[in-house]
Amino acid sequence: MRIVVMCKSVPDTMDVRFDPQTKTMVRAGVATTINPFDLFAIEAALRLREQHGGTVTAMTMGPSAAQRELQDAIAMGCDDAVLLSSPAYAGSDTWATAYALACAVRYMGEVDLIVCGRQAQDGDTGQVGPGIARQLGWPQVTYVSRVCELDLMARRIVVERLLEDGRQTLAAQLPAVMTVLKDANLPRTATLRGMRRAHRAVVPTWGPEITGADPRLVGLDGSPTRVVRVFSPTARQGQVQWITAATPQKVAEGLLAALTAEQLV
Amino acid sequence: MARLKIDRELCIGCGACVDACLYGALALVDGLAVVNDLCVACSACLDVCPVVALSLPAAQDASLSADTASGVWVWIETQHGGAAEVSWEMLGKGRELADARRVELVACVLGSRCQDLALSAGRRGADRVLLVDDPALAAFQTDVYARVLLTLVTAQRPEIMLFGATTRGRDLAGSLAADLRTGLTADCTELSIDPENGCLVQTRPAYGGNIMATIVTPTRRPQMATVRPRVFEPAPVQGDRVPTIERVAMPPVGELATEVLAFVPSRSDENLGQARVIVAGGKGVGSAEGFTLLAELAALLGGAVGASRAAVDAGWVSYAHQVGQTGRTVRPELYIACGISGAIQHRAGMSTSRVIVAINSDSTAPIFDIAHFGVVGDLFQIVPALSAALRQQLGDQQ
Repeated sequence: MRIVVMCKSVPDTMDVRFDPQTKTMVRAGVATTINPFDLFAIEAALRLREQHGGTVTAMTMGPSAAQRELQDAIAMGCDDAVLLSSPAYAGSDTWATAYALACAVRYMGEVDLIVCGRQAQDGDTGQVGPGIARQLGWPQVTYVSRVCELDLMARRIVVERLLEDGRQTLAAQLPAVMTVLKDANLPRTATLRGMRRAHRAVVPTWGPEITGADPRLVGLDGSPTRVVRVFSPTARQGQVQWITAATPQKVAEGLLAALTAEQLV
Repeated sequence: MARLKIDRELCIGCGACVDACLYGALALVDGLAVVNDLCVACSACLDVCPVVALSLPAAQDASLSADTASGVWVWIETQHGGAAEVSWEMLGKGRELADARRVELVACVLGSRCQDLALSAGRRGADRVLLVDDPALAAFQTDVYARVLLTLVTAQRPEIMLFGATTRGRDLAGSLAADLRTGLTADCTELSIDPENGCLVQTRPAYGGNIMATIVTPTRRPQMATVRPRVFEPAPVQGDRVPTIERVAMPPVGELATEVLAFVPSRSDENLGQARVIVAGGKGVGSAEGFTLLAELAALLGGAVGASRAAVDAGWVSYAHQVGQTGRTVRPELYIACGISGAIQHRAGMSTSRVIVAINSDSTAPIFDIAHFGVVGDLFQIVPALSAALRQQLGDQQ
């Protein structure tokens, strides 16, 4: 069983703000980390390997510095890693990213399962997983909260998905693309042995010339979308209205009156 | 080589672009800006340069002409056997966009025995309803739905296509956009038409809502977007309107690689997306028993129960209830946060609720920064008192 887990290098903070006065990003350094959602993907992949044997390859597309996140993935237990990095990839949107990753998986050959996090913490789109699936022509099982069964003989995976209005049990033929939710597991931490292995690991860097991706379909040129403006959201006007009173009962009455005035009750 | 071009003649070395770059891709060397390979061509630096020394050469891609595509399409999503509310919200917004473009608004209804849904879509303002009614579409499956929509889109070539930013909508749109090799913008909260070039201007939050980005798909068609629920007003029902329904035969979809084995509907108190009221609890609730107080209040308000990550990780409630970046993004009319300090990850999932009430013993908790009404006190006293007061008010009305 050969599994590829996609992990993105993202800024190690959610608190990215935009200063409307200077029109600049206020950033707390440029430290990066593995996209937190992808930790669940790595854990899901490692558990499947433990049950069914095989290998787990961590893959990311990003600047050469993203190698650090791949080493973290190896420290957690991934067998090896591949970095997609090339000036040709710069400016890729979700379409071009999915295409570039799909080309790399095709180049690897004989992959049974791709595991991704639900979405990236910075972009929040959740589009790359389904994109990879369609690029490869594989079925997709997204928003997975539990892997129920994996049958390598029957080439089938059965998962439970958490949808807005319920839980769906879905079976898919392998090879497939799976995106997992936080609910799926509790990611392990790196072991000392893993860290030593990660330190020694040689992570190959692949550009489109290696994977066979059409250079016109990656990077900004290959991206159907353009970001035309980045700005700070307008902050909510006004301040909190405090509800104070002598007893909890009076506070509750005051709050209820306020909510009734807002036509919420 | 980064894509970004820096005109060394124009650059005055002010460093504004260096500060603007989120990726650390720019630096000043010998008093001039230089770019390294961390650049992702996000364009954030272009706006801040006072002398317009920076540029991102546009891509040469006009293989698909935008001229021949026409019409605004909305995918009508089914949840709980009826339309997901976001579908009607998209028809409302879609009407505006179609009018601005002077094109037709088309609703796509896929399902089994879904004639009623098609009629409703027509009465909600769709000029035309494309109805594919087939037993094979009874349960939503991305594979099947994507193939049917691909057939329709390829044949009729809409210029804009909207989906709800729900699990099904994101799945389906992501799959379809890959096949069509077109732009897809996730989770839009603002949509308009650029009066100059007729493009769909899509604005969406990123970084958990800390940054807004405006995105366009200049040349490829259709311009696809998923739309965040509860942002736009639903299209009103026009009772006297006679819908135009076009039945389309189920296209052959070939062999399927997925199969739905079971579906268990969620309990109503888990249904955060549709809830008008959410009563949510955090670390301060302290136990699973504590959540029964919240559930009682939620039931009285006809709402759902939400939770912060801390409460879910402690095992007091299931993940289906989690609100925030790693859980669900919600936008109810009323959000009552009980014992939730308001970490940025939590606020990202609920800060756009219409009215936020925060009940917390710590008056300095960040949740109060975004709350409309704040109560500093013991939630174990306030919440039952609120339930009691509410029960009395409801009793008085009867």
